[in-house]
Amino acid sequence: MRNIFLFIRQYFNLISFLILQIICIVSIAKFSKTHEAFFSTKANEVTGVINSRYNGITKYFYLSKVNQDLALENTRLRNLLQANIVASDSTIITRVDTLIKDTLNRFRKYTFLPAVVVGNTVSLESNFITLERGSKQGVKPEMGVVGPNGIIGKVVSVSDNYSVVMSLLNRNSKVSAMFKKGKEQYAENVEWDGNNPDYLVMRKISKAVDVKKGDTIVTSRYSPSFPSLLMIGTVDKIEKDDEENTYSLRIKTSTNFRTIQHVNIILNHYFKEQHLLDSLTRKQHYNLGNE
Amino acid sequence: MSNILKHIIRLILFLFIQVYVLSNVPLLHQYITPYLYFLFLLWLPFSINRWHLLIVGFSFGMLLDYFLHTPGLHAAPCTLIAYLRPFLLNLFIAKDSTEQSFSEPSVRSMGWGPYSFYIVILTFLHHTYLIFIEWMQFGTFGYFLLKVIATTLTSLVMIFIAEMLFSRKTKK
Repeated sequence: MRNIFLFIRQYFNLISFLILQIICIVSIAKFSKTHEAFFSTKANEVTGVINSRYNGITKYFYLSKVNQDLALENTRLRNLLQANIVASDSTIITRVDTLIKDTLNRFRKYTFLPAVVVGNTVSLESNFITLERGSKQGVKPEMGVVGPNGIIGKVVSVSDNYSVVMSLLNRNSKVSAMFKKGKEQYAENVEWDGNNPDYLVMRKISKAVDVKKGDTIVTSRYSPSFPSLLMIGTVDKIEKDDEENTYSLRIKTSTNFRTIQHVNIILNHYFKEQHLLDSLTRKQHYNLGNE
Repeated sequence: MSNILKHIIRLILFLFIQVYVLSNVPLLHQYITPYLYFLFLLWLPFSINRWHLLIVGFSFGMLLDYFLHTPGLHAAPCTLIAYLRPFLLNLFIAKDSTEQSFSEPSVRSMGWGPYSFYIVILTFLHHTYLIFIEWMQFGTFGYFLLKVIATTLTSLVMIFIAEMLFSRKTKK
């Protein structure tokens, strides 16, 4: 017995060394089997905290690389989107199938054609939106365009497969509008003053009209391009005009023009008739007035 | 500065350099893995107890393994060099004079020749054992040999630079 103790004492370091080596080898062997399960969760927590601190510092150096990667990935994913694969347009055929005349003998006046926005500006004075639908798909000038949150503008020119829309954010844009509430349904043109793409203006509102902040502005019944009661925006600010006895309204658009992607083009089946009669009469009266 | 505190700071520095700098260096070649951390063990004082040295070597290796998620892989060679270090030092230094006037192994305390021999042998043993364990899991014999040589040379270069950069006060 004494000899054993003496032996251990004499070779204490060697024995310790061997024991430690065995521990190491066992760890390695165990690790290669159970992968990561070897260390207790506590220990992982500690090294994890230090690692995350360190990553918090170093990740800034990789931000530009990460951004680039994300942008590339976004592009790749966008290319996978179904929306980018443009099917041949079947809406015309659908429209033939659409009930033009229902059982109550009412006639369909408007048909909506889907379209995708492929070009858009908001920062210029005359902003136009390009849509991927053209004359081959039945788009004609003067058709109204409406987005998910409200009207967008009117088609001004058309090619075979594309059409250009004069956005509401255009100095020349004029849309007949009215208040949603109230019985009078006073109609006036909505315009844009070229300042802020979030706001439109409505000028020369008679003081007789009861206007409050937050009132909803919708399309009137007078425009051949739009069905009535389509959302335009809400009254944001009421300003008194000094000289005349009228208000000017600042209208917050319901549509965010910076982000429009999918819109509907409104086909008025009676547009030609209405427009022709309208312009013809005006022309006649104008000529008459001149004479 | 207290001696123990100095070595603890050194331990943390070596650990962090190994984990956050050298382990993040982009791979130069499949045969080259930069290792510097074991220099901590080579720089421990002469006066350390052999058994303590073993425990320090083992714990230091395990600590690194905690960070690199490789239990035992670095602890095993660390324990080996911690065990062999006293034998080598006994060979190279005149026990009485050197240990009395110097605290830890360095060029100044041991002289260029013995010190570089001490470093080269322990570095080589460390890498051989480490890569041997790696090689047990995958790789060919050629891979093992070339990696030992390449990694040892890389480590020696780094140790040389470290010696040049940080002049240690080893006089007692």
